[in-house]
Amino acid sequence: MATLGPAQYSPYPVAVYEGVLTPPKGKALLFNEIVDEETAMREAAKAMLTRDNATIFPGPQVLYAWNEEATEKAKLVKEMAEVLNAKIIPMYDYRPKYPKIDPEVEINPNHPNLTIWHNKIKACIFIGVHCHYANVALKIIRSETDCFTIAMCSQAGHEDAMITLRD
Amino acid sequence: MSFKIYKVNEALRDVVPQEVIDLEEKATWGDPKRSVMQIPTHKELLEEHSLCAGCPEAAAIRYILASLPNPEDTIIVNSTGCTSLVFPHISLHTVHSLFGNQNSVASGIKRVLEYRFPDKVKDVVVLAGDGATVDIGLDYTLQSFFRQEKITTICFDNEVYANTGGQESGLTPKGHVFKMAPKGKQFEKVPMWQLAIDSGCHYVARLTVSSPKRVEKVIKEAIYVAREVGPTYVHLYTPCILEIGLNSDDGLEEMRARDKERFKFFEYKTPEAEEVLAKYKEEGLL
Ligand SMILES: Cc1ncc(C[n+]2csc(CCOP(=O)(O)OP(=O)(O)O)c2C)c(N)n1
Ligand code: SF4
Ligand SMILES: [Mg+2]
Repeated sequence: MATLGPAQYSPYPVAVYEGVLTPPKGKALLFNEIVDEETAMREAAKAMLTRDNATIFPGPQVLYAWNEEATEKAKLVKEMAEVLNAKIIPMYDYRPKYPKIDPEVEINPNHPNLTIWHNKIKACIFIGVHCHYANVALKIIRSETDCFTIAMCSQAGHEDAMITLRD
Repeated sequence: MSFKIYKVNEALRDVVPQEVIDLEEKATWGDPKRSVMQIPTHKELLEEHSLCAGCPEAAAIRYILASLPNPEDTIIVNSTGCTSLVFPHISLHTVHSLFGNQNSVASGIKRVLEYRFPDKVKDVVVLAGDGATVDIGLDYTLQSFFRQEKITTICFDNEVYANTGGQESGLTPKGHVFKMAPKGKQFEKVPMWQLAIDSGCHYVARLTVSSPKRVEKVIKEAIYVAREVGPTYVHLYTPCILEIGLNSDDGLEEMRARDKERFKFFEYKTPEAEEVLAKYKEEGLL
C-alpha cells in the first residue's frame, strides 16, 4: 500500500509491487484508493495547508519557456504557491550534480531526500517533472522521508505519490 | 527542440539559481562564430566536472564545447571512461552509450535526425577515450567510417585505460609501463589517424590540446565536413597526468613536449572536404 514513508529501501517499484496502480482516466489516486479528482484535490489542499514547510517542486516542463502552455502553467504554479503559502524549489535539472546540491534552492531527482530533509518538508507537489524522473524521485522520497507527496501529472500518474492526479 | 528550452519562464525566474539564468543570458547560442576566446567572458556549457584537478581531458572538453558551431542542435555521444564523468554536467543533449558502441549509436542518431528533421542542421559528435575508440570499439569506429556516416569522431587519447586504473591500450606507445601493464607495452602504438584516412574519413587531424585556438579550428572544420561530406576524425592527446605521475599543473608542459614528437600537428583533407571548408571560410565561419 502506498502509505506515507519512510518505507525504507526496497528494490522494487514499491507501490506497484504492493498492488497499487495508477488511476484510470478521469480519476485520481489517494494512497491506494481510486477517488474522484475533486476529493483528491481537497485532500491535496488539506495536506499542503496543514503540514509543515509545504513546497512545490516545478520541473523543466513548467520552468522553461519551451512553448506557450509552459509559460501559462508557470504563472499558475506561482499563483498556486501564493494561495497555499508554499515555497517553490525548482527541479531545474535532472543531471546528478557534483560535488553536491544546494538543498536550500534546488531539488535533484537522484537524491531528492536531501532537499526534503534539509528543509523539513512535510508536504510537496511535483509538477512539470518528466515521468521517469518523477517516478525515481517519488520512490526515493517515500522510502527515505515522511513527506506527503502529491503528483500533478499530465500523463498517467505516479503510484508512489500519496496523491496522484493525472492528465 | 530549440534553444527555447534554455529560456526560463518569467513567472518562475526568481526561484531558479543564477547558473540557469546565466545559461540563458550569457551562454552563446545561435552563433556559429562562438569561440574559445569567449571562455573567460561567457557562460560555459559545462558547469563543473569531477575529473582529476588539472586533467587535460577537462581542458579539451571545455575547448570543444566552446567551439561547437551549433550547440543547441548538437548531440554528443560518449562512452565509458574518464570523459564520461564530465557528461552529466554538460548543458547539451548527450547520450551515454555502452562502452565501445559510441559510433554505432551516433550513426543511428544521425540517420534518424536526418529523416525527422530534413531541413535542419543537426550535428552528431562522438567523444570517447582511446580504449573505447581504438580497442573495444574499433569495429564500430571503423564501420562508421566505411559506411560514410556523417558524424565527427573525437578520440581523447591519454594512451591508457585511465578510468579503470591504468591498463595499456592499443594507443599506449611501445615500452610504456603502467600500473597494470608492468612488463611494458609489447607492440607499437596503433596509428589510428592513418586508419581513419584509409577507412574513408574526409577530414583527419592529430594534435595535443596545448593550443585552444588550434583545437577550435580543428573541431569546426571536422564538424563542417561531417555535416556536408562524410565521417571525420580528430585525435587529441589528453595525457592522463595521474597515470604518468605528473602534478596537476604539468599537463600543459607534457602536451607541449609531445607537440614536437608523436603528436606533432597533422591534418588530412579530401578534395571534397577542401571544397566545403573553402565555402565556410568565405562565409567567415572559419
Ligand atoms: C562494456 C564495458 N566493458 C568494460 C567496461 C569497463 N571500463 C570502464 S572505463 C574503461 C576504460 C576506458 O578507457 P578509455 O576509453 O581509454 O577512457 P579513459 O578512461 O582513459 O579516458 C573500461 C574498460 C565498461 N564500462 N563497459
Ligand atoms: S585518471 Fe587521468 S584521465 Fe582520468 S581524470 Fe584523472 S588525470 Fe584525467
Ligand atoms: Mg584512455
